[in-house]
Amino acid sequence: MSRVAVALFPGTNCEQDVVYALDLLGAEADLVWHRETDLSGAAGIVLPGGFAHGDYLRTGAIARFSPIMQEVERFAVAGRPVLGICNGFQILCEAGLLPGALVANRDLRFICRPVHVRVETTGSVLTRHAEVGAVLRIPLNSYEGNYVAPPQELDSLERTGRVVLRYVDERGEATGSPNGSANRIAAITNATGNVAGVMPHPERAVEDVLGSADGRVLLESFVASLQPVPA
Amino acid sequence: MSPDPPPHQQLGMTDTEYGGVVDILGRKPEPAELAMYSVMWSEHCSYKSSRAWLGRFRSDHPWVVLGPGENAGVVDLGDGWLAALRIESHNHPSFVEPYQGAATGVGGILRDIFTMGARPVGVWDPLRLGPLAEAHNRYLFSGVVAGIAGYGNAVGVPTLGGEVEFADRFSQNPLVNVMALGLMRREQLVTRAASGVGNRAILLGAATGRDGIGGASILASASFDEESGAKRPSVQVGDPFEEKKLIETCLELYERGLVVAIQDLGAAGISCATAECASGGGMGMDVDLDAVHLRESGMNAGEILMSESQERMLAVVRPDDVEEVLRLAETREVEASVIGTITDGDVLRVVKDGTTVAAIPAASLSEDAPLYRRPIEQPESLERRWADPPIVPAGIDLGETLLRLLDDPVLGDRSWIYEQYDHMLFLSTIVEPGNDGSLMRIKGTDKGLAVSTDGDSLRCYLDPRRSAERLVCEAALNVAVTGSVPYAVVDNLNFGNPEKPDVMWQFVETVEGMATACEALEVPVVGGNVSFYNETDGVDIYPAPVVGMLGFCDPIPGAPPRLDRAEAGSEVWVVGPERGDDFAGSAYATVVLDHLGGRPAAADLATAFLVTRHAARLAGDLPVVHDISAGGLAVALAEVCIRSGVGVVVGNGDWRLMLDEAPHRFLAVVPDGADLEATE
Repeated sequence: MSRVAVALFPGTNCEQDVVYALDLLGAEADLVWHRETDLSGAAGIVLPGGFAHGDYLRTGAIARFSPIMQEVERFAVAGRPVLGICNGFQILCEAGLLPGALVANRDLRFICRPVHVRVETTGSVLTRHAEVGAVLRIPLNSYEGNYVAPPQELDSLERTGRVVLRYVDERGEATGSPNGSANRIAAITNATGNVAGVMPHPERAVEDVLGSADGRVLLESFVASLQPVPA
Repeated sequence: MSPDPPPHQQLGMTDTEYGGVVDILGRKPEPAELAMYSVMWSEHCSYKSSRAWLGRFRSDHPWVVLGPGENAGVVDLGDGWLAALRIESHNHPSFVEPYQGAATGVGGILRDIFTMGARPVGVWDPLRLGPLAEAHNRYLFSGVVAGIAGYGNAVGVPTLGGEVEFADRFSQNPLVNVMALGLMRREQLVTRAASGVGNRAILLGAATGRDGIGGASILASASFDEESGAKRPSVQVGDPFEEKKLIETCLELYERGLVVAIQDLGAAGISCATAECASGGGMGMDVDLDAVHLRESGMNAGEILMSESQERMLAVVRPDDVEEVLRLAETREVEASVIGTITDGDVLRVVKDGTTVAAIPAASLSEDAPLYRRPIEQPESLERRWADPPIVPAGIDLGETLLRLLDDPVLGDRSWIYEQYDHMLFLSTIVEPGNDGSLMRIKGTDKGLAVSTDGDSLRCYLDPRRSAERLVCEAALNVAVTGSVPYAVVDNLNFGNPEKPDVMWQFVETVEGMATACEALEVPVVGGNVSFYNETDGVDIYPAPVVGMLGFCDPIPGAPPRLDRAEAGSEVWVVGPERGDDFAGSAYATVVLDHLGGRPAAADLATAFLVTRHAARLAGDLPVVHDISAGGLAVALAEVCIRSGVGVVVGNGDWRLMLDEAPHRFLAVVPDGADLEATE
């Protein structure tokens, strides 16, 4: 069995979209309530977008204490696939499983629109089947999407090739960042490549009729990274 | 010093209305009872000035499941699918506190939708504010947009469109309307009709506090004056996180068949919800206020009954199911308390601390509400306005004029508004905001739903009846260009003080125009909202009816028209009647000439019907089908060119034809070699 556990916090709202997209790609997924403490039957975990615990106090600040996060941490340490999308990315940072933090957008406005990102590495569960340099059109949907980290941390991310996606224009050129992210960072991964956080929503770009199917390669990469659970 | 007025007058009730309460009860009302009647009989809750006219709207079409009078209208989409739709206003609270006013407007309308058993799938926001050149209007507008975004994005329902208008009369009375759409399977439809003696009433959701006591309803039933800032504590505070949990809890309760009836708590809080559940099923109810979970201690009976704390629902369940409902709520992290029991008879009895604080016939709160036929009189200035049409010069610089029009915040790019709203959640948005009507698919089917909201207060000021007819036609065309046929209408009727005969005249003319046009286009009116008293210091708003049009298609076009799909080498056709002389209330007159006068052209409803159906057919085959409205053909063409990255050469460059806003017209982009014989 290689089923994906999609974590459901009170206030999460992109969980059905993630399940729909994984299903399109042939992966089976289960919604798992945030109080669950045993995910040993899952082959990977997705933390979907939304407003876990209302995003009260600070995005991810309460969610990191949800019981399910112990399992997320166990997966992360064990080298098993963990993907945080948008609010999920914020939670992974808040839990210390990814470096840095996501703060309010530069223009202090919520942004919901498709943006372009460039694949910077294939060394992550999000991009192992993508091509370096590929430009993808994927919807952004966040108020706190502005990635920040201390200078040494940013240097380290760049030096070790852990910046996974970067905001670019449609020709793939670095012209600016929609939300003010440091180094125009849209997605990062941990040192072992098994934990990834991405700000735009790949599950919103899985069919041409939705305006883009460019998110498929990212979710396909994640699905391909799933490790069957020993019986 | 004059003595304080009697309590009923302080609550906004006339002496005659108070006499009516005494007659019903056969005694003087207790304080809690008086509070209940005062809110339920307010203009906002009882529609006492408008009710006499609303019967003019028809909803006897075969696909209508529930028409006006329920929490939401419901229409049948075939194959077991139902759509629920509703429109509401949050005008007065949004002026007092723009962020929370708009946010709680979104929260309230969503509850109206999931009260019916439907999952809310879309929200639309028609907004009317004062000119953005004034700092206070910018404060109000940015607060309203942020409130819609803050609540809608977090609660997890996409905001799929809306419209904006900026005019001086809205500086003191901004209009914040909100429409919502929900989807459900037929077996999940529930109503508020409580039945079954002994069934229990469970209050679900947020704790009840002192916020908004006599809030929205009292606020929305009186005009503003310089004291209005003091009403800020009457505005409620929204919590989208609580609402999200409540939506999921209620949908699961329906799915598991645990709910007999349900009602959301809105105006007048517990008093209204318990009365409506009981009277809806022809029953009575005993309510124990000591069981209500409270946010603060020391609240008296009247405060608990009247509190308009947000994010609460009242579910009626069988006694055997109470434990399971409470358990499910606990799992979902939603507070719940059993506060009532359904009884034989018709009495709503409310107990606090072992004492009966209210015992009234439940139905009297709604059924015996006052009904007024207020005086009507055509404004004396109307014919002067008609005799003052815009003076159209002999020749103009069309390029310069077009730039001027596109610089207007209503006619230009509105993406800075709708990109603050999550309009993609649920992976169903096929045509997003920024086009004429938005189009969503129903996943797992071939069906699609389109929605457009339309208003035009300046033209309505010049001729409410004609303009109301045109609004319906425009909204119909806006959904037709997505490939949908007009399927149901909800309307939001925003007006000034109904005690003024000329405002009442505007209202009645509007209802007549809207009803006539809906009949001609064969579309039912399944719900609506009336917002009166949009008046400050004696000045009324422009009459501002808003049409919310639902369109339906089955199958949904494979590649529906969008403004960004035009390609070089295509022909552009203009379909519909040509006039060249309809400038009264047009964008050219109001924006460029700064002139508001003349009489708008009448709608031609037979033509509108044909044009609408023709547009829906063409939309199945063509890349761009675009309604021609504000700014005329010039602005319509510019929108297509800008969005598609192409240019256009116009054969007949008569600028009158380019700027005229004659109704029932659309443009179609026909690619080279396209064969349209079949659609002629």
